[in-house]
Amino acid sequence: MLSAEDLSALWLTLKVASLATSILLILGTPLAWWLARTESRWKSICSALVALPLVLPPSVLGFYLLILMSPNGIVGKLTQQLGIGTLPFTFAGLVVASVLYSMPFVVQPLQNTFSSIGNAPLEAAATLRASPLNTFFSVVVPLSRSGFLTAAILGFTHTVGEFGVVLMVGGNIPDKTRVVSVQIYNHVEALEYSAAHGLAGGLLVFSFLVLLLLYSAQKHTSMAQIK
Amino acid sequence: MTQHIIAQFQLNYSAFQLDVDLRLPSSGVTVLFGESGSGKTTLLRCIAGLQHAPHGFLEINGKVWQDSQKNLFLPTYQRALGYVFQEANLFAHLTVLGNLCYGLKRIGQNSNTENFKQVIELLGIEHLMTRMPERLSGGEKQRVAIARALVLNPEILLMDEPLAALDAKRKQEILPFLTRLHNELKIPVLYVTHSQQEVAQLADYLILLDKGKVQAAGLLAETLSRLDLPQAQEREASSVWQVTVVEHEDDYHLTRVAFAGGELSLPALDVEVGTVLRIQIHARDVSITLGIATATSILNVLPATIREIIENVGGGQSVVRLQVGSLPLLAHITRKSVQLLNLQAGMAVYVQIKGTSILN
Repeated sequence: MLSAEDLSALWLTLKVASLATSILLILGTPLAWWLARTESRWKSICSALVALPLVLPPSVLGFYLLILMSPNGIVGKLTQQLGIGTLPFTFAGLVVASVLYSMPFVVQPLQNTFSSIGNAPLEAAATLRASPLNTFFSVVVPLSRSGFLTAAILGFTHTVGEFGVVLMVGGNIPDKTRVVSVQIYNHVEALEYSAAHGLAGGLLVFSFLVLLLLYSAQKHTSMAQIK
Repeated sequence: MTQHIIAQFQLNYSAFQLDVDLRLPSSGVTVLFGESGSGKTTLLRCIAGLQHAPHGFLEINGKVWQDSQKNLFLPTYQRALGYVFQEANLFAHLTVLGNLCYGLKRIGQNSNTENFKQVIELLGIEHLMTRMPERLSGGEKQRVAIARALVLNPEILLMDEPLAALDAKRKQEILPFLTRLHNELKIPVLYVTHSQQEVAQLADYLILLDKGKVQAAGLLAETLSRLDLPQAQEREASSVWQVTVVEHEDDYHLTRVAFAGGELSLPALDVEVGTVLRIQIHARDVSITLGIATATSILNVLPATIREIIENVGGGQSVVRLQVGSLPLLAHITRKSVQLLNLQAGMAVYVQIKGTSILN
């Protein structure tokens, strides 16, 4: 049912989403921790910046990213000097755009879960000889398991579903930047409705199953907490 | 008394100031007592390093933990202390054993030590090891929290109102364990509370805090009987004596106990001769006679010397501080009696003690 092109788009989508989610977890965790704990006056500015993709049309974000990463843009000049070349219409550019686009979906659940832990367990750990870093890995991370799960799943599924940013930054190059959502668009444009159904239906089922998994996992953990 | 704990802190928030300069005994239980807002918890947190007082000096058994003049401030995790919070504050993701071993791992020890076994036994939590904290009662949680602090063999144990979050029944369940701690622990304990009962039961040394300042500091018996402090004038004012059981009078269902300077008869106690007890004598249960009253039903009549009188504390009452043997005793009597008997500081009198309560 799925053509070789469809499969290649699927594979590319999975690669982008996994990579972007991993990068987001690595970058988003310290950022979320800082946002959850800080009383700095920069907090509101940072929170607003992180949340921007929630309200901005993806094409706007994509447009500015394109300009920034173009050969004459600030980022473009930097990447050229570093010898990476320019990012637009490349796999790397797609990953960078995805990271920015999905940032709030990873940072916000983490920030919420970190805030809900509160000070008490951290102080207890400090009185039990655990350094702050040690406390983070031995107390905060295990207590935030469901937050990490939510963040990872939301980040991943949101990246899988992106379209506008991809089209602006990545374009429509087979095997390099043509992800599932773009491929569906191509099918519909070409009036290949049954082929579009194959991918679109697959994506629908996939998203539903992932969310089902997420909510049943959350229900399970909250039940365990009540017990 | 060896004095090995020096705690000086100055902290200035807009709504609250802390300004203390304390020398504390390096053994026994020191109770920090005061109303809420008196700064007792803040002081404890400054000692733990959980709060950073900008001006401070803290020395525990010769080790300096904070010296702001030298810009020295050891972070909490580098201080050899045990801390018990108001809420047990156990790690929800670890079993009881996991909680107990959390600190041990970090100082490179395991649960296979004599100290660990003693602490578990002392707090009676052997049967809880595999449970998760959410499956413990409030009292059990707090016992685990105390054990978790003690297994580290700290230089000092800090306890912040460990009973305040428990209901009366759970309090009674934990107090005996605290009394055992009091009797068996070698390390100094700093105990924050606003409960008079806990003061009477646990304190060796008492510090009264008011609005961030030290109002009084001294041995329990002396501090409780200081007439210049509001405690002596309250209805619940009392004296706390340490006594030793000397004899059981089974016929009369009485137990005789000795204190520094005399003996008392108490209702029969089910403890061995030689046991050391703490008893509380309420000031309202003490009356004064000039001569030894031979025809009285009260058993405990003791010679005493009047040290100080405050004649009018309101409600027609007077407070008298006496000395019995070497122990201080408070009496609340009417102002009229003071005048009729013409009581004066320095007079030799007799006190009749109508009732006592046993604290442990």
